[in-house]
Parts: sequence; structure tokens; C-alpha cells
Amino acid sequence: MLLITCPHCGPRDEVEFRYGGQAGVASPADPEALDDATWARYVFFRDNPKGPFAERWVHAAGCRRWFDAVRDTVTNQFLDPEPRR
Amino acid sequence: MSGTRAPSDGRIDRNRPLSFTFDGRAMTGFAGDTLASALMANGVDVIGRGIYTGRPRGIVAAGVEEPNAIVQVERADGVSEPSLRATTVELEEGLRVQSLAGRGRLESPGDAVDAGRFDARYAHCDVLVVGGGPAGLAAALAAGRSGARTILVDADTELGGTLLGTRDELDREPALDWVRAAAGELAALPETTILLRATAIAYHDHQDILVAERRPDARTEGRLWHIRAGQVVLATGAHERLIVFADNDRPGIMLASAALTYLHRYGVVPGQRAVIYTTNDSTRTAAAELTEAGIEIVDVVDSRDGRAVSGSEGGDRLEAVVVDGERRGCDLLLVSGGWNPVVHLFSQSRGSLRWDDGLATYLPERAVQATHVAGSANGVFDLDGCLREGAAVGARAAAEAGFGDGRPPVMPAADGGTAIGRVAPIWFVPAPEGETAEARMFVDLERDATVADIRRATGAGLASIEHIKRYTTIGTAGDQGKTSGVVASAVAAALLGQEPGALGVPTFRAPYVPISFAFIAGRDRGALSDPIRTTSIQPWHVAHGAVFEDVGQWKRPRFFPRAGESMDAAVLRECAAARTSVGVMDASTLGKIDLQGPDAGDFLDRVYTNGFAKLKVGSCRYGVMCRVDGMVFDDGVTSRLADDRFHMTTTTGNAAPVLDHLEEWLQTEWPELRVRATSVTEQWATVAVVGPRSRDVLAVLAPELDVSADGFPFMTWRESVVAGLPARVFRISFSGELAYEINVSTWHGLAMWEEVMAAGERFGITPYGTEAMHVLRAEKGYPIIGQETDGTVTPQDLGMEWVVSKTKPFIGSRSHRRAENRRPDRKQLVALLPLNPDALIPEGNQLVAAGTDLGSRPVPMIGHVTSSYRSAFLGRTFALALVRGGRERHGEAIVAPLADGTTIEAWITDPVVVDPDNARRDG
Amino acid sequence: MAELRRSPLEGVALGDGFREVPFLSQIDLRLNPADEGARGAVESVVGPLPLVPNTVHGGHDAAILWLGPDEWLVVGPPGSAADLERQLRDTIAAATDAGPVAIVDVSANRTTLELDHPDARAILAGGCSIDLHPRAFGPGRCAQTLVARAGVILWQLDDAPTYRLLVRPSFAAYLAEWLTDAIPD
Repeated sequence: MLLITCPHCGPRDEVEFRYGGQAGVASPADPEALDDATWARYVFFRDNPKGPFAERWVHAAGCRRWFDAVRDTVTNQFLDPEPRR
Repeated sequence: MSGTRAPSDGRIDRNRPLSFTFDGRAMTGFAGDTLASALMANGVDVIGRGIYTGRPRGIVAAGVEEPNAIVQVERADGVSEPSLRATTVELEEGLRVQSLAGRGRLESPGDAVDAGRFDARYAHCDVLVVGGGPAGLAAALAAGRSGARTILVDADTELGGTLLGTRDELDREPALDWVRAAAGELAALPETTILLRATAIAYHDHQDILVAERRPDARTEGRLWHIRAGQVVLATGAHERLIVFADNDRPGIMLASAALTYLHRYGVVPGQRAVIYTTNDSTRTAAAELTEAGIEIVDVVDSRDGRAVSGSEGGDRLEAVVVDGERRGCDLLLVSGGWNPVVHLFSQSRGSLRWDDGLATYLPERAVQATHVAGSANGVFDLDGCLREGAAVGARAAAEAGFGDGRPPVMPAADGGTAIGRVAPIWFVPAPEGETAEARMFVDLERDATVADIRRATGAGLASIEHIKRYTTIGTAGDQGKTSGVVASAVAAALLGQEPGALGVPTFRAPYVPISFAFIAGRDRGALSDPIRTTSIQPWHVAHGAVFEDVGQWKRPRFFPRAGESMDAAVLRECAAARTSVGVMDASTLGKIDLQGPDAGDFLDRVYTNGFAKLKVGSCRYGVMCRVDGMVFDDGVTSRLADDRFHMTTTTGNAAPVLDHLEEWLQTEWPELRVRATSVTEQWATVAVVGPRSRDVLAVLAPELDVSADGFPFMTWRESVVAGLPARVFRISFSGELAYEINVSTWHGLAMWEEVMAAGERFGITPYGTEAMHVLRAEKGYPIIGQETDGTVTPQDLGMEWVVSKTKPFIGSRSHRRAENRRPDRKQLVALLPLNPDALIPEGNQLVAAGTDLGSRPVPMIGHVTSSYRSAFLGRTFALALVRGGRERHGEAIVAPLADGTTIEAWITDPVVVDPDNARRDG
Repeated sequence: MAELRRSPLEGVALGDGFREVPFLSQIDLRLNPADEGARGAVESVVGPLPLVPNTVHGGHDAAILWLGPDEWLVVGPPGSAADLERQLRDTIAAATDAGPVAIVDVSANRTTLELDHPDARAILAGGCSIDLHPRAFGPGRCAQTLVARAGVILWQLDDAPTYRLLVRPSFAAYLAEWLTDAIPD
């Protein structure tokens, strides 16, 4: 069971959280300007690195805040001591 | 000769004899015995049989690493447990023990149910020490004295570890005196907890350690601890290992340290004439200790002198071994092939291991988590070294957790104690007759796997230890290769012409020892296995004989049968009532979200496919939500309470996901929007009054409310007093009939329901359940999220272009314009009318075009049935289905091939099969 | 209307050591705490908002619980919610410098169990993964978390320790059964 540090509530068990996938994927400013392939890339494609990975979590059973955290996918260790709100 | 009980000695209570049976034979042991020590004391040689070879097997070890002595144990209360290691079962009165050949039985005789209570406990500590031997005790003392919250866990019934089976001294006093003093001090520390009979079985990510504790208190059989530890000290000791030679599996061949443990701890003399076969110094005092117990030492064979044992003779008990080609009569062979530090938990924690040539084994190398290792688990085998390392590591762990100065406390001095020196390993001893003997050279006793098996694996080209493990099954038994893993790796390396440490060891998996499912389930059994959610109206449903169905965790009435009535008949009756008179349904489980803020309308425009910003206060609108991929995610009616306030409803199953979805977009994409979303699902109970006479019922209940069609039009809501209770009444319909959804405080839900039933009595009001609800909505072609949709269905596929705005962007709008989502051959929602009006197509059934050759492979499927019912209104069956290009196929025939080989033919029609002109909704 | 009200655990046999405290008034407040106008208006009605996460201002009879960086739960005696909501709305409407404040009456959205048992901490630790040791969680602390399989707002009232568990009505029977089963006879 991972121990995930909510930036507000502190460390809590993984079951209190919901995973939100890769962080930092910007929504296209003007989706209508994109062709189908580019739009599909935004909708369907995400990185899957071996190593540090910035991802989103929501403290679903707690304060319901979304936040970003960097996790090493090899060791599961969170790399940033204070997740970003 | 077999084992016998020594006249004195041992830590057993000879004043407390215990009776038990083994394979029907009555036996006696003493309190303090394990089942294994009691069996040995009763002269039992053969406890199991090789699962493939059927060869007799006896006790090899004195702890969890035992590969042979696996038994079925039936307790006095009749509960039977399979596959227990006799070396870890505490003897108790009345045990009925059976030897096992391979497999145990899960069933208890006479259907005895294990009524034993198992539970769970979450705990947090600064320092967790695993193992209560000398290193662990020293670490726990160091950590505990610092004030750190310390937990010490040990699998045994008392602290002391290996000291319980030796005659070591500390400061010239028996070492066990020091153990007793240390245990007393630890027990008195306010922030220190000692758990005995507690095995750390798993070390997961983020310092999450699972500990299985047996008999934590009088009413509890087992407790699974979830310990979140700031720092972990692993003082888990080491397992001695065997040496592989031909016929090395005979009863009477055992680990040297185990024999001494049986002698000193349990007062059992394991044999009469012994040969010692060693590779290291740990057996240094064994000959003297055995001699003192009256055992004749026939020979001491030391690999460091170039000597070897190459074979054995005997039947159910060892009779002789072959030493350097010569036969030596003996009934006991004590083997020390070296020592394997117990690195299982360290490895589970993702720590890396390294090969150590001097000890000929794997040692912890680098920790990934806050993990410290002390004592023989870390390759330190002398008592003095264990105490000192334990104290140092315990103090350091505490300091890293913020307690104490990191200086280790002073430990007593050991008088030499046991050390192993340099190990001269023998991985397997070649037999004079050559490779044919390798099929009798046992590497993994529990799996009955041999050097021949490993040679077959390497001969097949396997060179990875993970592959060899799976090919040979070595290490996959219940003991997980505790005594065999390192040997197997070294044997494989030798056969591949590599150095012993070249291959590594297979990944260590949790749990460290097998545990029963009861431990894992804990109290999550029966009524507590999953929450049963019920609404405030549940007492009425129960009292009136509702048949319930599970909708997620909710129990919802499915139908309300009258005496002797079938489900089909009840549902037809309930549907007819809603279409001809009045029905009532508990809709409280619908998700409800209160949205407030000046930008709420704008926000809804973005999350729904249709527009809400211009919705008038007092009005309601049906909306569909998509994910960014354009697929339907949820639907429901949202009503405007005020300029800056809306009341959203969601499907029952999506109440929480929709709220998360809204929060996600508000917090991460549109933080500038001033909107707050609050769940009010359970603030409100919802009573849906449905049917042509529903207006009459409401008029009785709310005399001050103008319920006329013009005064209270469709898709509006009113704040009112209904039956004397404050209520919000929504004139919305999920059936196509005139209908009102009365929302009151959950506290008033039952009262409102009873008032509605009373007011409706004169109209024959009929309570209906989810089944009738499904039929009524399907007749109108209304989709159910998760039934008609499965995450691959767009609103357009459902024929709901009317709900999709062409003028504003919303979540998923760009995806709707992807060419893929506009293909004319997408699966589209249609209704099916079977030619035989009594034929009911099973839900989920595949569909093929009329005239399809069902003998062709694959059968070309063009759709599937999502819902299928009998309609009281139509007097026939009908179904909803998703069919490729379905909208262009209205009027065509389609075929449903059933699992039984028959087919049902049906006409494809528009999905709305009842009242397509919505003439009924005004009553 | 009191006679028509029915609390979620009415008529349910509960074990010793805990009881239902029904019908407490609960108002959910959402506002940006940096909005001094809004905060000032709200605090003029309910008192200072706790800004430290997972803390509580007040006690048994009236309290404000931190639920999130922009969310609080105001708890009061039964029957006080409507007046409080009206007072809050009027005050905020009158405050010209106040940004938006969301106010929702959620009194019936959760019921309250009060656990008053010498082994309360161990009982909760049978199903709650947060650290309840006095060094980590004491009087005046609250947390939204899970107890067994039910989401709760856990709130420690005093050093006894007495805890309150605020739980959705639909989970109340499950949680009550879980507590009853947990408490030794």
C-alpha cells in the first residue's frame, strides 16, 4: 500500500486516493484548430516511463484536492518531498 | 533408532502433558513443545512423503524453513487446517494430526466451521524491529530507550531467537537470563510494543509491513497488522542449509542447528549415533553437546578437510552414510552446508543483494527504503557481533526517526559464542555411479526436485534462475525454497560452468510464510464483507416484501411481488400501474450535487453536451456528460435553483465519479471559474410518483401547490410543502408518464413515502422497483448509463444529436468531430421487436444480419442486445440494441442466434416504442 | 415535524461504547480563505475558521471542521441549520466586498456516531489507517478518511479519547455493525 502525501492532509494510504494519470499534459488551447491525429494524440497517448514520472492524484476520500507528484515507477518512491498543489 | 525424550533439559513444562494423535496413534507431549518436537520425542521418523517420488521424509529443521514435516491439523473443536509445518505448530491438547502426501484438505470433517475470530490492526511506529533474537533485542532496547515508538515482532512464542536452542553465555551468565531482563525492560517502556507469535510476512512499498499475529488475545485467533514504520530493523536471522548428495532425503538427515535446538530447547534426543557433516565453524561445539546428551559421534566430516558424504542407506530411517567411499553406521546425520541470511523481507523491500564469497551466500547490499539489517541476517554470525550490530543499528534507526543521539547502548560480552568462520561450500557431491544418481540428489525436498531436474533445465538452454525456477518448480512450494534457493542457484551455476554467485536468487515474494485466507479476510466476512447501503425508505420496502437487487453497494427494491406472484407477473403489473394509474418508486439513490457560484451556468455549459447557462430559474433540463474522448459518461436532470445555484442529478453508480470529474475540471483546467460542487446525494430522499393519476396524488398532498399542467409544467420544479414537509418537487419523468419527483430531507424520506402511499391508496397506487423502472424507460428509448453505454458510445450513437450543442465547446466536443466517431457504420441504438411477440432475446446476445450463414467462422456479428423486456403496454417483448449502422436499418430484419442453437428473428425499429410523440407526459 | 423525523440508526440495536447523536445541524461552507471580505462575513456569524488542515474550532455543541483548503463544515445543535444558513446568506449579501461563498445545508447528509470507550483508539485502529497516537492526532483534530469500508469524518473531541464519526446515512448501519462487532463484550 503506497503512502501518498496529500499537500493538505499529509501522508495517507493509497486507498484514499484516485489516480489521474500523467501530469502536465496541457489541454490544447484551440481543439478545433487541430487535425484528428493531433487531437487523438492528446486524448489517447500518455508517457509510460521507467523512472521518474510526474502524475496527478486526487485525495478522493479526504479533502478532494487534485495535486501533482513525481514518482519513480521503478521503486515507487515519491521524489518530490512536497507534492505540488 | 528414532528420537526420544531426554530425562531432563529443555524449555518444556513436563508437568503439563498434552495428548494428541498422529495418523490415529495416541501420543503425548508437553506444553512448550512444537508438534515437530513432540513427534520426534514420540519416535516418529516419517512425517511425510515426497510428492512425486513417495520417498519417506522426516523432520529436517526446527522452524519455518522446514520442507518436509507438513501435516493436516484438526483441532479439538473440529476445525481442520491443511498444510501446516509441524515445526511451527504449538502443541495443544486434543490435536488430531495427519501426515500429508502433497495436498491438504480445505474441508473440515463434519462441516465444522472455523468460528475463530480474525481481525486487522493498523499501527504506526518510529522503529519496527523484526526478530527477537540477540540482534533484534539489542536493536529494540536501543530504539525503545530513545523514546521512539518501537514495535518488536517475533514469530516465536518467546523472545531469544537462536539463544533458545543454545547454551551461550553473556557476561558469564546464561544468555537467556539477559533475554529475560531485556524482555522485561522492553515490556515496561511505555512506547514499546512486543508482539510474539507474530510473523512479518510482507514488506511492501513505503514502509508498509504486514505482520500475522497468532492468538493476540483470548477471543481472537489471528490478527493481521498493517504497520507503517518510519524505520525498519531486520534482525531476521539465517537459515542453515543442506548439502546435496545422493539419497540426502532420508529421515534422520537434518540440519545441525535444528538437532541442537531439539536437544536444548525441547529436551528431545534426535538419535543415538551421529555423523556430523559440515562446511563451517557453526558446528564447532556440536560434537561435545551431543556427546553430553549421550549421543555417540561416529564421525565429523568437514568439507574444509576435503572430505565428503556421498550417499546414505536405510529405509524409513537413516542406517548409514558413505564417507569418502566408506560406510559409516549411524541413525543421524547433522548437516551444515552453510547459512542463508533471511533476506526475504529486505528483498521484498526492493533492497539489492550481493554474493559474499567468504560466507558463500547472498547478503543485503543496498536498501531502497529506510531499512537496516543486523545480526546473521546481515552476515554477522558471532553473538558478540550480533549484539553490537543490533545496538548500533537500533540506535541509528531511532536517531534517523528523530529520537536519541544515535549512540548505541552498552551490551553484555559474549564468551565466544557461535561463529561460522569461512564457509567451504559443497553444492552437490558427485556420486560414484555418475549422473544417474542425480535423480536422487534432492535440492528442493518440498517439491521433490533434484540435480537431475536442474540439469534438464540447463540442458534445455535455460540460463536465468527465474526460468530455471519455473522449469524445475524449485522454490515454488510453501517453503519458497528457504533451505534450497541458494543451493539451487549454485548448482545451476556449476552445471553452466559459472561461479556460485553468478545467477542470483529468484525474487522473494510475499508472504514470507503461508497464511490462511482467514487472516487476510479478517472481519470482512458475512455482513461486514462489503457495506450494504440502504435508503431511508428501506424499512418500508422490507416490511412490504420487496425483492432486492444489488446496484453497486446499494440494495434497491427490484420488484414488490404479491403472494404467489412471479417476477415477470409482478413487473408487468407494476408497469401497467405506472402507465394506467399511478406508481411510486424510491429514487433516493440518484446522485445529487449542489452547484453554487456566479459561473455555475457557464461551467455546466462546458461539462454538459447541451446548454444550461440560459436555463431559467425554476426549470429543469436533461443533460448528457461526455469524457474528453467524446464517449457518454453520465446523464441526468439538472435544475436551476437560483441565478447562481443548480441542483444536478447523476446516475446512482456515478455519484462519486461525477463529483470527482467536476472537481478535476474546476481545479485543474478552469480554476478561474467561481463554482463550488458539494455532494448532497444523501441530504435528500427522492420519492418518484409516476403515472396519469400522479397529479391527483400530489394535489391531495400539497393543496397549496398549483399542480395544473400550466401551473406546474413539465421540466420545472417547485419549492413547496408536501404532506406538511418542506420539499422540492421536480416535474420530470423517466417513464414518459406524467410524474413528479418529491425530494425531502433524508430524515423525512420514510414519512413522505408513507404519506404518498396513503394519499394514493384511492387510486390504487403501486410501488414499483428497478425492474419496472428499466422497462418503462426502455419503452421510451431512454438509455441507462452502463447498460446501453460501455465507454465506447457517443450521444450520436444513442440517437441523441438533439442534446448535443453545435454552437459551444464542451468536454468531448472536438472528439465528436473525429472521422472515427462519425462513421455511418458505428453501432447505433435501435429497438428490436421479435417476430414472435413472446420471444425474449437474452440481454448481451450478439446479433447477425438476416440470412447470415451461421456455419461460417467467424460469424459476422453486427450488434448486440443491451436491454430486453416484456412490455405490458405493447403486450409483447422488445429489446434495445446497438447495431452497426442501425439507424439506416429501421424496418429490416435481424437475427439473434442463441446459445442453445435456436434463433430469434426481430424487426429493427426506432428506439422509442411507446408514445413517440410524448403525448402522455402531461397526464 | 420532529415526530416525522427518523434518524438513520433509529431502532437499530447498537453495542456498548458508542451511540448515535442524531439530527446535528451541518452546514457546508466553501469559500476562498484569501477573500477577506467573504471570510470576514462568514466569521462574523460562525467565528474564526480553522485554517490549519484537519483541525477543529469549537467542541461538542458547536464546531467548525476543516474539510479542505476552501471547505469547512459548521456543526451545531439540532434545528439550528435553517437559521444559520439564512444568517450567513444575509450577512454575505450585505458585505459588498465579499466574493462568492457556497452554503449548503447538509444536516441530513451525514449522521454522527459518538465513540466513547476506553479502547476507542484500538477499536478504530482495527479499520482506520491514519495514525491516532496522541503524538499524531489529539483533541481538536479531524480527518476525512476511511473506517473499514465507510468514508467518515473522524473528529476527536477530548483526551478520553471520545471520537465522533460523521458518516453518510446509507453507510451508518454498516459502520454501526462494524463497531458493534469490534467492541469486546
